[in-house]
Amino acid sequence: MTAEVLSPFTLPSLPDDPFGTEVLTDPYEFHERLRAAGPVVFLPRYGLHAMGRFEEVKASLQDWQTFVSSRGAGLADFAKEKPWRPPSLLLEADPPDHTVVRTAMNGVIAPRTIRALRERFAAPAEEIADRLVERRTFDAVTDLAEVYPLRVFPDAVGLPEQGRENLLPYGALAFNAFGPDNELRRTALAQAAPVQEWIWASCQREALAPGGFGAQIWAAADRGEITHEQAPMLVRSLITAGVDTTVYGIGNTMYALASHPDQWAQLHAEPNLAKFAFDEALRWESPVQTFFRTTSCDAEVAGTVIPEGSKVLLFLGSANRDPRHWGEGADRLEIRRRAAGHVAFGMGVHQCVGQPVARMETELVLAALARRIRRIELAGTPVPKLNNTLKGWASVPVRVEPA
Amino acid sequence: MHVTHDEVDLRLRVHRRTVGADGVVVLELRNPDGADLPAWSPGAHIDLKLPDGLVRQYSLCGDPHDRAVWQIGVLREPDGRGGSAYVHDNVQEGQDIDVRGPRNNFQLEPSPRYIFIAGGIGITPILPMAAAADEAGAQWEFHYGGRSRTSMAFLDTLERLEDSTGHGLRISLHPQDEVGLIDLPRILGTPQPETKVYCCGPEPLLKAVEAACAEWPSGSLHVERFAPKEQGERVLSGDFEVELTLSGMTLTVPPEKSILDVVEDAGVAVLSSCQEGTCGTCETPVLEGEVDHRDSLLTPEEQAANDTMFICVSRAACPKLVLEL
Repeated sequence: MTAEVLSPFTLPSLPDDPFGTEVLTDPYEFHERLRAAGPVVFLPRYGLHAMGRFEEVKASLQDWQTFVSSRGAGLADFAKEKPWRPPSLLLEADPPDHTVVRTAMNGVIAPRTIRALRERFAAPAEEIADRLVERRTFDAVTDLAEVYPLRVFPDAVGLPEQGRENLLPYGALAFNAFGPDNELRRTALAQAAPVQEWIWASCQREALAPGGFGAQIWAAADRGEITHEQAPMLVRSLITAGVDTTVYGIGNTMYALASHPDQWAQLHAEPNLAKFAFDEALRWESPVQTFFRTTSCDAEVAGTVIPEGSKVLLFLGSANRDPRHWGEGADRLEIRRRAAGHVAFGMGVHQCVGQPVARMETELVLAALARRIRRIELAGTPVPKLNNTLKGWASVPVRVEPA
Repeated sequence: MHVTHDEVDLRLRVHRRTVGADGVVVLELRNPDGADLPAWSPGAHIDLKLPDGLVRQYSLCGDPHDRAVWQIGVLREPDGRGGSAYVHDNVQEGQDIDVRGPRNNFQLEPSPRYIFIAGGIGITPILPMAAAADEAGAQWEFHYGGRSRTSMAFLDTLERLEDSTGHGLRISLHPQDEVGLIDLPRILGTPQPETKVYCCGPEPLLKAVEAACAEWPSGSLHVERFAPKEQGERVLSGDFEVELTLSGMTLTVPPEKSILDVVEDAGVAVLSSCQEGTCGTCETPVLEGEVDHRDSLLTPEEQAANDTMFICVSRAACPKLVLEL
């Protein structure tokens, strides 16, 4: 079979700015047009190839040899321009380099280590739930999503007490930095220096408390699994990706459920559904909407060829709502749906290494709320939080009725 | 112990390509301009960069003193992802090939005594180790297993090593079709002091050696596995049963379905994500039974405990598993 080489001029193309305010605020209409246009679509706004259908997005994530990460997981091609910070050893590397550090991280965030943290993570979840339910009205973002992860995760990493207010801005910066040189990115980078300084200092051996994830990464270096140069970089990865994502995840789940009271009713009746509710919320409104890859060779996808060295934008959020995979109800939030296999955590060798932590945090806090709250509804207009990569909310005011 | 070699990217010429044994090709790589190659120590490997972004690791199996050449042995793996097939079918003498290296995650540590155990193509990192041990004046014995003599490469190299040492009893060959499997209980049954055991070969051999060395002093055994971990043959080829204590049902799992498939089909809600045994999401407590662990997460100790499993890939090693699901 001869693949037809469709130049960017003959590939289906869409004029939208995927990083413009309109799409970042509400991407779903654009996603529909993206999926409808074809399996591979050209976005001339940035000269990008894009995929929005589940099958192609998943296959591209799994084909790390063709769609490499070492040239950057953002728009910038590291073969052509200097990265804004030293590239992530995990996110922006390919096997075999990636394999060594990923194996070490898998040892740190292993099922048995996460299980051991469950009690420590559960108590604050119960406490926050008690407090919020007593208040009857609260903001699911500023009072919950931005509070709970910061109560449990930095301690689990072993970060210094002082300076933790840098964590959310640093995550927002990193995720904005994947995008193009727009205002979001420029503003984030302009404020970066002092934040980056604290982050890097907190990755050093002496800054990290014994027994935490950070100390365990350094222990892996002492055992020779990774080098001592790699250790602080891996701690940096944890800090970059481990906070904002869970904040957005909890915020998005609460928005999803508060705007679907019938779904909350099911959850309240069966709080054990909490982990499934979170999974469905991740599919329905994925915190991480996009990631880039770069083609390492001329890549044939669905009969068209993407030239070597092309930046390819994978729309995880679109794939997660593709009716071709999820059926005609793809746009509906259904907590009993089998959302397994969604790509909100990615797929393949780069699939989120922190997934067990994210799932445990959200399960605990959601179950705590589900047991205490009979009914929940939005108490005001939610305010979106704009980021080049992340989709979520700055404010989700809610009103609750206790059980 | 982690040894840092300075890794470099090189374009080397295939100076010689020979058939080392059934299904084994031996390549001698040299610098086209004749310059010395980077120094390396026994246990080191290099990356071969193959088309389409494939990268494969191969142990350096020649003589570290000969700085002019790097020698690797490549076994054709029919169920692999195509890397070895490419080397067998497409790499010719005189051809240039991109490599990166050397790298050593399997360093030979000093010891007065060694036991070397190699299975199949696993001999490649072990060969230079034996030579180095001999040079250092250490005591050593070498056990080399394979399907049959015709499939076992480097027999001539071993013969020459044996001749040069003058100790004819050091090297034992174990072609399976002649003498069966390597007698690990005899070789490793009694832990020996001041002895290091180095092993490389297929997964069942590594697991068996790990089990046989369980009582040895910590740090005696060194094995090398190339990532990703390849799963061996299933323990059971037929159906098995799973009893789900929380859901109140017993289900049959046929060979073509995973436990995850079967329980989901039966209407039991289970969380899962990667579907390939790497993410841990589908972890399920095991109450009874022996598991055929096929994930990439559990340590040998955790596997042996048989109290948890990942149902997207792992299966039963007994007729019935009882799961808390």
